[in-house]
Amino acid sequence: MTERAGSLSSRPKTLIDKIWDAHVVVDREDGQSLLWVDRHLLHEGSFHAFDQLAKRQARLHRPDLTFGIADHYVPTRNRDSLAPEIKRMVDQLSDNCAKHDVTLFGLDDPRQGIVHVTIPAQGLTLPGTIMVCGDSHTSTHGAFGAYAFGIGASEVAHVMMTQAIWQKRPKAMRVTVEGALPAGTSAKDIALHLIATIGADGAQGHAIEYAGSTIRALSMEGRLTLCNLSIEAGARLGLIAPDDTTFAFLRGKPFAPKGAAFEAAVHAWLSLRSDEKAVFDREITIDATALAPTLTWGTTPEQALPITANTPDPATVGDAARARTLTDALDYMGLKPNQPLTGIAIDRVFIGSCTNSRIEDLRAAAAVLAGHRAKVPGLVSPGSSAVKQQAEAEGLDRIFTEAGLQWVESGCSMCVGMNGDLVPAGERCASTTNRNFKGRQGPGSRTHLMSPAMVAAAALTGHLTDVRTLTQGAHR
Amino acid sequence: MTPLIVFEAVACPLPLDNVDTDQLIPARFMKRPRSDGYGQFLLHDLRQDASSPACALDQDRFKSCQILIAGRNFGCGSSREAAVYALADFGFRCVIASSFGDIFASNAVKNGILPAVVSPEQAETLLAHQGVIQGETMIIDLPDQCIRIGNHTVDFSIDPVWKTQLLNGWDDIDMTVSYASDIARFNQSDAVARPWAQPDRSPAQ
Repeated sequence: MTERAGSLSSRPKTLIDKIWDAHVVVDREDGQSLLWVDRHLLHEGSFHAFDQLAKRQARLHRPDLTFGIADHYVPTRNRDSLAPEIKRMVDQLSDNCAKHDVTLFGLDDPRQGIVHVTIPAQGLTLPGTIMVCGDSHTSTHGAFGAYAFGIGASEVAHVMMTQAIWQKRPKAMRVTVEGALPAGTSAKDIALHLIATIGADGAQGHAIEYAGSTIRALSMEGRLTLCNLSIEAGARLGLIAPDDTTFAFLRGKPFAPKGAAFEAAVHAWLSLRSDEKAVFDREITIDATALAPTLTWGTTPEQALPITANTPDPATVGDAARARTLTDALDYMGLKPNQPLTGIAIDRVFIGSCTNSRIEDLRAAAAVLAGHRAKVPGLVSPGSSAVKQQAEAEGLDRIFTEAGLQWVESGCSMCVGMNGDLVPAGERCASTTNRNFKGRQGPGSRTHLMSPAMVAAAALTGHLTDVRTLTQGAHR
Repeated sequence: MTPLIVFEAVACPLPLDNVDTDQLIPARFMKRPRSDGYGQFLLHDLRQDASSPACALDQDRFKSCQILIAGRNFGCGSSREAAVYALADFGFRCVIASSFGDIFASNAVKNGILPAVVSPEQAETLLAHQGVIQGETMIIDLPDQCIRIGNHTVDFSIDPVWKTQLLNGWDDIDMTVSYASDIARFNQSDAVARPWAQPDRSPAQ
């Protein structure tokens, strides 16, 4: 029994504690707990784990709680003629799911989409559940008050066989965001600001709870974006206490409880909030009213600045190792020290990924683009086939195509480049995605992370641009 | 899994912070089956850049290295266990860094690789150590949680649970199977306590 769990009867609890405590199968003396897993999500990359299962001649224990989704390798164009190696990845997932009786949202399924977009939209992400997936952005599902985290292939195989996972209770960090978001900013800007403030390893060993008036005012789409990026601050997961926004989203979703069962569930979910006197290991506060559109300039998400800033100057940094890191990032990105971010020319844009490809994201980008032509080429990949359909019903696809951008099918696409959607070497991409790592969007690619509205602004001018100057009618 | 207790090997310096999993193995190689061997893809793109410190991996004096020394936040990024497979297949048994991405560290232990945490200053010292640079061997002592090279000793930290697993070469799945009845019992009472947690597969009302 851990020290923290030792006095749990009287101690005020965080939301993180409450979900944890409800899932403990066994507490081991060494501080590890075996936790029950409510949802296990698989994708094409899960083949390593299926292989481990095959090696042990084992069966997947709970197919009813396991869902497969084709997203990482699926093409966004010409789906009728798959390249052989892509087809092998997609078929491998289909075969493995069929063999183990797992429900699959495959390439031809209307529910297909990015796992972290389509699973919540199907009502499979519920408050108070524990969810795992062999993908670090599983933290996304925390938007619903789910305890959701990414795991590696060995752990995927473990959950396949046992429907449980060993974990050590994380430290709890509360990030409180207060005030109204200024025009031109969104959940993406909160996240990038947080990561720049605490560092890409700032929340290591912690689970984050996001709280405060700004968070309460966020839509589910915004909350999903924010929780998605928790991993980029080093946190295994980030979550938000469920509220009326959550319940309204879930009502009537295909796999969510229905009728009286839904009302009973809401009653249970209302207790999923941190007790007033709950103590967090670390507290961070952010004044939302002071935020500006924020974007990355370097090769880690912590290298983020407001669009009004200049690139850093390593010469003014005392610490040698840090200066070396900054110089390396500037060199890779083809930027000079102290260069204004506004005005850096880009080669293309990408709107998509599990971070920013939901209907609200597409609306935000379309609002900036409407009636104008982009100066650079770009790709728009909606987060799911359902989001694509809705966007088309709203006429958003025409705004993108009339601006000169390509409107394509749904998948992880150019965020990770596994399906062949790549940024060519040396090119600079304004992207709504989550990682600006070297070569992430293709060998030699240069990525600037920002919100959908900021990507749209960059598309219109051909350079990094403060979206507020466009929406206020100037410099168009 | 092979137990890891005390071993002596050459350590390769990689004086970089935030070595993410996309650097450790670029995504385009992950379609391959593990039986192909992932060592050839380790830090693949960085090693193409002659100015990158990652090119040390290709120098003769580090050819037989089994220890990697890096800066902070090693293995941040995606959950791809392939990043660990690349290290393991290259021959690495230990990574020394001042901090690790959580999922990476957990994946490493599951593949018998020790993520040894030292202070940022100690990492800098080891990276600049002449013995390391010249390709001399160092000793990793897991029971004593220390690193020895020449007459220089550095303590490292490791989660006690991971330490036990590495020392014994334990496999989680085998261990968990012994809890099968606890899991079944939990599931039974949980189904009553949280009936809403089951996916509702009935048609919409």
